[in-house]
Amino acid sequence: MSGLIKSSIARKVAMALSGLFLVFFLLQHFTINLTSIISPETFNELSHFMGTNPLVQFALQPVLIFGVVFHFIMGFILEIKNRNARAVKYAKYSGGANSSWMSRNMILSGLVILAFLGLHFYDFWIPEMVHKYVEFAPEDPARYYPELLEKFESHVRTILYVISFVFLALHLWHGFASSFQSVGFNNKFSVGATKFAKAFAIVIPLGFIIVSIVLHLNHVLNN
Amino acid sequence: MNLTLKIWRQKDAQSKGKIVEYPISGIEGDMSFLEMLDVLNEELITKGEEPVVFDHDCREGICGACSLQINGEPHGPDRLVTTCQLHMRKFNDGDTIFIEPFRAKAFPVVKDLMVDRSSFDRIQHAGGYVSVNTSGNTIDANAIPINKDNADDAFAAATCIGCGACVAACKNASAMLFTAAKVSQYALLPQGQVEATDRVMAMVNQMDEEGFGNCTNTGACEIECPKGISLENIARMNREYLSASLKG
Repeated sequence: MSGLIKSSIARKVAMALSGLFLVFFLLQHFTINLTSIISPETFNELSHFMGTNPLVQFALQPVLIFGVVFHFIMGFILEIKNRNARAVKYAKYSGGANSSWMSRNMILSGLVILAFLGLHFYDFWIPEMVHKYVEFAPEDPARYYPELLEKFESHVRTILYVISFVFLALHLWHGFASSFQSVGFNNKFSVGATKFAKAFAIVIPLGFIIVSIVLHLNHVLNN
Repeated sequence: MNLTLKIWRQKDAQSKGKIVEYPISGIEGDMSFLEMLDVLNEELITKGEEPVVFDHDCREGICGACSLQINGEPHGPDRLVTTCQLHMRKFNDGDTIFIEPFRAKAFPVVKDLMVDRSSFDRIQHAGGYVSVNTSGNTIDANAIPINKDNADDAFAAATCIGCGACVAACKNASAMLFTAAKVSQYALLPQGQVEATDRVMAMVNQMDEEGFGNCTNTGACEIECPKGISLENIARMNREYLSASLKG
């Protein structure tokens, strides 16, 4: 089994599985976010549940954080190993002739997403942890929507979120479909699975963009 | 056709190489790329200069000896051909053509455009074979019933000529397409089943030890492969490897 952990194929599968796990998380995150522009009450209820349920807080949340950290660290390790595999670069390299920009620049889109996560944690996760586990502030089930709305008052923050979601789409465009190949799934169903993954890569980030813009417009239209 | 060639020149494995520019004229569209290099070398020899060293053998696309990264693509801009099958009609009068060796840590440059691809041989030696008793009672392979789809896929995998274009094209210098083709050609056949577990483990471990990069599914290898080896083989190798690992 030690050979399995060190092998290139095992690392590739680990990247794929952690990525697939994060894809499922994105879908769940988006579903809750979407309720914020349809029914703030539902958004509050779901956020209150996610924010106070012990299973979510003390079991799923650590697993999610592990998944995110693992995906990034493994991504960096593979990037360094891959760069070392070609010590002398080509004077002329025509990557565009045989592969997509997205597939060749996963580290770039990944770094933008990592930077975004820093902002996102600063905006939501850290204040939430401080609120609950440092200040032990009394729980108000109706606080989530106003807190969310407040964050999207800034033009700059909204633009940063939109740019980040574009890079998320670029990352998912290659990453989601590619994960099937990594786990050994390449058969007559692959064409359909790839189409689904590519559609997901557009629809979900676009949905996040729409939610961000609608929340921001709440401020623009009310002022 | 008048061309400007920018060719990687490197005295030996230890020396530092550089791109050297060579103007060349009188090139016909019907010449192969290697014939164009032959013309250049004749000119260099006539001038008393060192000819450009490059690998070649059969010159009909079946041996896998020729290589060359031409204008940033292994075997040049054409598809499903090796460099020896690439015609100069694919280029235009006045073009500048970059000619470099296949680049990978596991393919060290020997001289100029010639690289040492023995890392592929070592991967093959690690498990790319079927042990057959040849002491007089060998069973004729044709006597063993084989599913037609599997036979076709195994044959397609076996068309890999081990040229290294997959490594050269991959941004990570990964050898997964080559190794996967060699694993697949046996994994699909009944004769290959007995040693299947050991084979995939040994070949993948050897591939990793040689210093090739990791596959990130860009698909560049499949596009540039002169034999059209499919990415399906890599998925099959991944399955074979995971299954073998879990068996211990």
